[in-house]
Amino acid sequence: MRLEIDGLTKRFGSFTANDRIDLTVEPGEIHALLGENGAGKSTLMNQLYGLLDPDAGEIRLDGEPVHFKGPGDAIDAGIGMVHQHFMLVPVFTVADNVTLGREQTGLPGVLSRRKARALVRELSERYGLKVDPDAKVADISVGVEQRVEILKALLNDAELLILDEPTAVLTPQEIEELFVIMRQLRDEGKSIVFITHKLKEVQAIADRITVIRRGKVVETVEPSASENRLAELMVGRSVSLTVSKAPAKPAAEPTLEINDLTVIDDRGLAVVKEVSLDVRGGEILGIAGVQGNGQTELVKALLGLVRPAAGSIRISGREISRQGPAESLRHGIGYVPEDRQHDGFVGTFTVAENLVLDLYHNDEYSSGIVLNLAKIAANAERQIVDFDIRTQGPSTPAGSLSGGNQQKVILARELSRPLRLLVASQPTRGLDVGSIEFVHKRIVEERDQGTAVLFVSTELDEIAALSDRVAVMYDGRVVDIVDPSTPREDLGLLMAGATPAHEGAANV
Amino acid sequence: MTTATVTDTAGIPLDVVSPAERRRYARIVSILSVAGLLQLWMWLATSPGDFTFLVQPQTVDHNKIDISADGPTLGLICLLVTAIVLALFAVAPTFRDRSPGVSRTLQYGPLFVALMIFTGLAFIIGFCVWAYSGQTLDPPLPMTNPLEGTLKFATPLTLGALAGAMCERAGVINIAIEGQFLVGAFFAAVVATMAGSAYVGLLGGIAAGVALAALLAMFAIRYLVNQIVVGVVLVVFAGGTTGFLLDQIPDDKIIDLNNPPILEPIDIPGLSSLPIVGDSVFAQNFLVYLMFISVPLAWFLLFRTRWGLRVRAVGEHPRAADTVGIKVKGRRWQAVLVGGVFAGLGGAFYTVGSTGAFDKDASAGTGFIALAALIMGRWHPVGAFFAALFFGFVSQMQTQLQILQKIPTELLSMTPYLATVIAVAGLLGGAAKPPAADGEPYVKE
Amino acid sequence: MSDPSTATDRPETPPEGRPSAAALVQSWLPSIKLTFLSIVLALAVGAVLIIVSNDDVLSKFNYFFQDPVDGLSAAINAVGDTYWALLKGAFGSQEAISSTLERAAPLMVAGLGVTLAFRVGLFNIGAQGQLIMGAICAAYVGFTWDLPVGIHLIVSVLAGLIGGAIWGGVVGLLKAKTGAHEVIVTIMLNYVALSILRWLLTLEAFQVPGSNDPKSPVVDSSARFPDLLGIHTGVYVGFLTAIGVWWLLSRSTIGFEMRAVGANPDAARTAGINISKAYILVMLLAGMLAGLAGVEQVNGHEDPLTDGIAGSLGFDAITVALLGRGTPLGTVLAAILFGALDSGGRQMQAATGTPLDLTTVLQALIVLFVAAPALVRGVFRIRDREEGETVLAKGWS
Repeated sequence: MRLEIDGLTKRFGSFTANDRIDLTVEPGEIHALLGENGAGKSTLMNQLYGLLDPDAGEIRLDGEPVHFKGPGDAIDAGIGMVHQHFMLVPVFTVADNVTLGREQTGLPGVLSRRKARALVRELSERYGLKVDPDAKVADISVGVEQRVEILKALLNDAELLILDEPTAVLTPQEIEELFVIMRQLRDEGKSIVFITHKLKEVQAIADRITVIRRGKVVETVEPSASENRLAELMVGRSVSLTVSKAPAKPAAEPTLEINDLTVIDDRGLAVVKEVSLDVRGGEILGIAGVQGNGQTELVKALLGLVRPAAGSIRISGREISRQGPAESLRHGIGYVPEDRQHDGFVGTFTVAENLVLDLYHNDEYSSGIVLNLAKIAANAERQIVDFDIRTQGPSTPAGSLSGGNQQKVILARELSRPLRLLVASQPTRGLDVGSIEFVHKRIVEERDQGTAVLFVSTELDEIAALSDRVAVMYDGRVVDIVDPSTPREDLGLLMAGATPAHEGAANV
Repeated sequence: MTTATVTDTAGIPLDVVSPAERRRYARIVSILSVAGLLQLWMWLATSPGDFTFLVQPQTVDHNKIDISADGPTLGLICLLVTAIVLALFAVAPTFRDRSPGVSRTLQYGPLFVALMIFTGLAFIIGFCVWAYSGQTLDPPLPMTNPLEGTLKFATPLTLGALAGAMCERAGVINIAIEGQFLVGAFFAAVVATMAGSAYVGLLGGIAAGVALAALLAMFAIRYLVNQIVVGVVLVVFAGGTTGFLLDQIPDDKIIDLNNPPILEPIDIPGLSSLPIVGDSVFAQNFLVYLMFISVPLAWFLLFRTRWGLRVRAVGEHPRAADTVGIKVKGRRWQAVLVGGVFAGLGGAFYTVGSTGAFDKDASAGTGFIALAALIMGRWHPVGAFFAALFFGFVSQMQTQLQILQKIPTELLSMTPYLATVIAVAGLLGGAAKPPAADGEPYVKE
Repeated sequence: MSDPSTATDRPETPPEGRPSAAALVQSWLPSIKLTFLSIVLALAVGAVLIIVSNDDVLSKFNYFFQDPVDGLSAAINAVGDTYWALLKGAFGSQEAISSTLERAAPLMVAGLGVTLAFRVGLFNIGAQGQLIMGAICAAYVGFTWDLPVGIHLIVSVLAGLIGGAIWGGVVGLLKAKTGAHEVIVTIMLNYVALSILRWLLTLEAFQVPGSNDPKSPVVDSSARFPDLLGIHTGVYVGFLTAIGVWWLLSRSTIGFEMRAVGANPDAARTAGINISKAYILVMLLAGMLAGLAGVEQVNGHEDPLTDGIAGSLGFDAITVALLGRGTPLGTVLAAILFGALDSGGRQMQAATGTPLDLTTVLQALIVLFVAAPALVRGVFRIRDREEGETVLAKGWS
């Protein structure tokens, strides 16, 4: 099926998300849509899938203009979408999720579990996507979830598959497996639109690459284009893909000592297993690993948000593992949470209030129970300048800021007090390149002031660029602690729980 | 939660107990201790004499069956049961260190449920023994079989809980069940009076329940009002409106609008001659039978039909449902309206199903108890039914004990409400999670 | 299991953010306008109810097609008379204003309790029960203990505050320790409180000596709020309390914590704020405020303890809080409005025979319309505009 997008435009208020986009995807082609966060890729695809109505322009399938009133129409027309955030119901089984919307029935209206199971098995074998039809989605791994999503699209006889950032949650090996599946589908004549912001992947898998920047198509290129050229097209200026930093000068004694830490979740499963780590002042320890291997829980235990079942956490010699978040913060831990909207700031509070969200009880901002509003406002003015926070003023609700500026607020807040340890969890997720560079710069500055930095990220490039040492987590354990110059393939193996074959990986 | 031991994925057991387990254990032991102490006090206060349980009263078809036992002895047995169970759990920590598996078998799963039911029964029997002891009447009143009364009380509760189940499984919180009860009761009475038939009155009740459900749906789904707010306001609105309309009905005996016929008990041939259960279960009125059918019907609808799967999808992950082309809002409307049918029937119970005329506080807060039953039953029709039976039992005991005058009526009347608080606080087994998108209005971006 | 990350490719909101200061006031105005229109709409629906319940008008409608003017003018007259009586009863005289304010005071205070709980994300439906417990304690001290003037009043008021606080605090404790949903717990405790009240009224200690009626004595004169300018000083206390609540919410660290917990409990927890403490504290305060409402009735209005001491104050307080949109000032204004409806309503019933329930229906309608701005906009065809809605918690968490 041939897809033609002609002059598609979508506006949100005064903001133009897609500006006269032209795009053609041939049948039997893997077409990559490359752009940084916020460029407008998902908006474009949501229109293609019937989730949004275009303001102008036309979509044509095999030459015929189409107009989708909802995803149902798109599905009927042969378009399938695998979303970045999986659209699976956790408490349903795999079979139920795959057949949702196209349920198999025996008597009219009555579900036939047997038929659904058989159908899923058949599809699973045909495309080589191994799944267990009776497993609950809540119990399966992320990689399997993705296979279920793909099966869902294929069940509805999709001819055009849209994959929205599918590799964010996969190990390098799982990414390879995904690419194999993609190539197989392409060879069967299906078209695939592959949305991503990762340059290396695009070069590995795409037949053609369309770069989008700020809602407009910049250019369509061949995968033989260099990484630098692609990055430049994506961002509009030449981008340095490395972080410039001086070599680390770590202190002698470790600031953070984690020993045999074990965290058990509410279901009785150990998610952090006997982890031991050290971080010294003046160094950045990066924690690499695919999402869901215990990094989140490790960080939460550090902050006192979950109580570990065993093990110890010491900050500058002081045991804090049995305490809550207030104590952790008091002991000089700064925290940039993974999910900033959820845990990082209060959307309806002003920028000024958010800048003192964990500081308001300090003597400078309050005396007893009385808030010192003047000092809070003054602090806000200062931070807005220091951190270049783009906002109308300190009284603006933080929820109306852009992602990058929200993150700046959080950073400004955490860095505004003396820290022993800075914990940054996925701090650049969802940010544009300018903000990413800013965040990196400030983190390195903090390190140079002697603070210990623990940095968690799922982006290998970022970990390699920023860390002084890299700890790889898999299945709740620290598999190894290595030098950031370790080759990618070895890191990937570690992330998948395997050990690199050769002795090249330098252990630190 | 499973009874599996904590292991890592390599299958090596980790002998560590999670904080959640610890909390649960503490809760179990403290409840058992409190129950045990209460039982001890009750037993000590039990006057000598026999305790008689009237299994079946003397009727035309059946002979009287009763069981008697020495009160204090029976009370002692019950006390010992609780004490033994408590001791078992108290010993469990020592098991935990050596073999966590044993301790966990005790605390979760079928053995745990059985132990809790045993202890619960022991507590109830001990309580009844105490309550019925020391009567001044001669011969002393026996305890009557609570089965019939329990079913009667449980009928509107179950129907209300089913209404809640329909709404909440689709993702719409329904606090307004009490309001649906009120309008259902009122309109059932009025329509029944006008038509001269209780059964036609049921239809009136259904219509009213559905109408209020439509209001809930409109404000919650279409206008995105906070669902708890809508629920509370609708209850107030229903109370005010039925009160207002009741006052409008003239006292005239000729244009009497509030004097409905009541549903007659229907004997099920054959089954109603069974000893013990025959009269209690199979000689009830139509609504009770309807309630019995509704539970499996609701279960079937929700879990075995395509409609039900989509409704639940909409309640768990509406965006996922949307992306496969399911109309979220429409589906929620349907579920809420279906719930309205159940709720209207439940309300009708309070007039045509029992006492007849409508008065201002007909349902007395039972709509909220129905909601609690739903939560206790983990949002599952069958679970809600059992929870409703429990609350029905408590209410039934309250009416029985009132006659004894051992405990002041006013204090007794708070028992169902206290029981609800205790249940909702998770002290009788923690509430599972509600449908994931419960209470969140769906907004397409 | 996949972990949802933050908003990704959603087009980012433009970096300017919302305009502040002057335009912030402008965003207030739609709220005020909408509230006003909601009231108008409710009055319109109420007018229909008036017509429907007026036999005279209905009979005139019987021959509507022969003489429409007669029917219509009768209808307009009926509606007009009713609403005019309502207005006069509320503000038409010194006496009316006193009555309005005296009725508004307990509403305002209890409403503030509900509002405070709202801001922390809790739905306090238990104002009724907390009020009853407060009234019980205050009344008991008031008619049983013998203390000098002034001290007696203070002790009685304190007893009422403590009684209400305990009844509210229990809910907060349960919520914090067991996660029990406060809607059901508070509603149940309302019934429990009522049962306790009824039982107490059967005891001699709570009955008027020499009579067996379930009615307590009125508090001693030494425990009454003295009058000032025609209304009892309890009303002034109420207004002062409103200022206190406002100050607590916007100018204190405690209020900061509470608002954070209400707006985003996860972020609050991550920032080191103790959520359990916030829940317990706010329910203690909310209960205390509702208890103060009970005190107003007992020590101010000088009601004896009866089955109906709370009347519908508990639920009215909720509607007042909703109408007040979660702000102390809004709550005060809403309370005055409802106090006016109540006071005027009695006059209305006396003068025109329209039942008092009409005011209940009006109240419910106003709240529904205020809570559903989209509906009101739709009816009046106002174009869509952004509003600063206060966050109300949703769901079972």
